[in-house]
Amino acid sequence: MSGAQQSFKILWGMAIDLDKCTGCGACMVACQAENNLAPEKDASKKQRVMNWLKVFELSNGKPFPDHDTAYLPRPCQQCGNPACVPVCPATVTKKDEEGGIISQVYPRCFGCRYCMAACPYKARYFNWYDPEWPQGWDKTLSPDVSVRPRGVVEKCTFCHHRWMKAKDKARVAGNDPYDLPEGAYVTSCTEACPNGAIVFGDLNNPKHLVHKLAHSEYAFRLLERLGMDPQVYYLSRREWVRRLGNHHLENEKTGEFTPLGGGHHG
Amino acid sequence: MEEKRAHNADTGGQCSVLGGFLPFGLGLVLSLLVGWWLSPKLLFSEQSQPVAFNHKIHKEEAGMTCSDCHYFREDGSYSGIPTTKECADCHEFPVGSSAKEREYVNKYVKKGQEPDWKVYQMQPDNVFFSHAAHSLENCGKCHTDWTEKELCSTSGCHPDIGDSEAPPKYSENRITGYSASTMKMWACEYCHAMPDHRAYNANNNACFTCHK
Repeated sequence: MSGAQQSFKILWGMAIDLDKCTGCGACMVACQAENNLAPEKDASKKQRVMNWLKVFELSNGKPFPDHDTAYLPRPCQQCGNPACVPVCPATVTKKDEEGGIISQVYPRCFGCRYCMAACPYKARYFNWYDPEWPQGWDKTLSPDVSVRPRGVVEKCTFCHHRWMKAKDKARVAGNDPYDLPEGAYVTSCTEACPNGAIVFGDLNNPKHLVHKLAHSEYAFRLLERLGMDPQVYYLSRREWVRRLGNHHLENEKTGEFTPLGGGHHG
Repeated sequence: MEEKRAHNADTGGQCSVLGGFLPFGLGLVLSLLVGWWLSPKLLFSEQSQPVAFNHKIHKEEAGMTCSDCHYFREDGSYSGIPTTKECADCHEFPVGSSAKEREYVNKYVKKGQEPDWKVYQMQPDNVFFSHAAHSLENCGKCHTDWTEKELCSTSGCHPDIGDSEAPPKYSENRITGYSASTMKMWACEYCHAMPDHRAYNANNNACFTCHK
C-alpha cells in the first residue's frame, strides 16, 4: 500500500446493484464460458474450484420474520492500491495499463500464491489441476483468452480482450479508441445479467452510468476501510448489506470509518 | 642425459604448438559448424506452402492492391489470409493456363477446402496482436515517410513477399512448433519500450497491451 497510486484517465469499473441481484448465477456461467474455465470435475471441492466471478450469499442473521438475504457477485475488484501486485516476485501481475485493469500474464507465474494470500477479496484462483475439456467441448474455447495450465494463478480481468476488440472496432471506424461510448465495452457478466444488476463503464467518464452510480448515496465498496480503493462498487438500499460489506462494528455508524491507506478517488 | 633432456624439451616445444593449437582450432571450427549450421538444420524443419501463391501476378497483372485480400472487417478484426471462398470469386475456374493454378482449383476451390497455410508469424496463445492498432493511420501520425509496405515488412514483422513470385520456405521449430520467423518479444519492445513512444501513449508498454 506504499508508493504513489497511479492515476488513469480511464478507470473501468463496475456498479453492482445487490437489490437487483437474485443470485441466479448467470454471471458466473457467462464468465466461465467467456474466459475458458474448464468444467469442474468435482465442483463440491470448494477449495479447488475456480470462479473468477463468485456469487456469495449474505444473511442479516435475524430469525424469521425479519430474515433477509442478499447475493453478492464478486469479480476481481481491480483495486487502485492492489495488495497482489507488490507481493508478486515474478512481475506477473501489474496495474500499469490505461483503464486500471490489473493484468495477469500466466506464463510468468510460477505459482507461489503470494498474491492469493494478499488479496483480501479472495478473487484469485490457483490451478490445482490441468484444465480438461471433455471430447468435443474444446470447440467452445474462446481464442481471445489464453488457457492456463496447472500451477499458475488466474483471476478476473474484466474481460480485457473485449476492451481490445472494442478499441480495434473504434480504430477501424475512425473513432478514438480511448473515448469509447457507453456499452461499446462491457464484460460478459454484465451482458449476461438478466436483471441488469451489473453496470459496467468508465468510472471517470460522467457520460457513463457507472460514474453516476458510484457516487450514489447507496454505493459502497467491499472492505473499503482496508484502503484498497477497488474499482467495483456495490449498491444497496438495505443498510445491513452496506454494513456487512465493510464489516461494521455494532457501535460504528454506517459508512463511517477511516481507511487504512487512504486512496479515495473522486 | 642432459643433452637428451634438452633435445626432448625442444621437440616437446614444437609438439605443443602443433598439438595444442591445431586441436583447439579444429575444435573451434567444428563447434561453430555444429552450432551455426548443424543444430539449426536439426532444430528447424523446412516446409513448403501448400499453394504456390504468386503475389506478383496478382498485383501486376490482375491490378490488385494489398487491401483487396488483407483488409479490416467492420468489427475491427483483421482478415489475414483470404479464404478459399474469397479466392473463388475469381478462381472458380482456372483464370490462367498454369498447372499450379489448375491444381489449386481442383484441390481446394472445387472441394471447398482451406489450404493449410503456414503462417510465418504465428504468435503464441498468450499474445494479443492488434493489426488495427498498428495501422498506417496510427504509426504514420509521426512516421510520415513510411509506406504501408515498409510498415508491414521492413520493420521485421512480416517477410517482404508482396512482390514475390513464390512463397518463401517456412521453417518450423521441431520442438516448440513455432515458425522460425515468429516475432520475438524483443522485437515488439523495440517500439513499445522506446522512450519516445511513451509520450504518444503513456502506457503502451503495459503487459496487457500485448498479452492475454
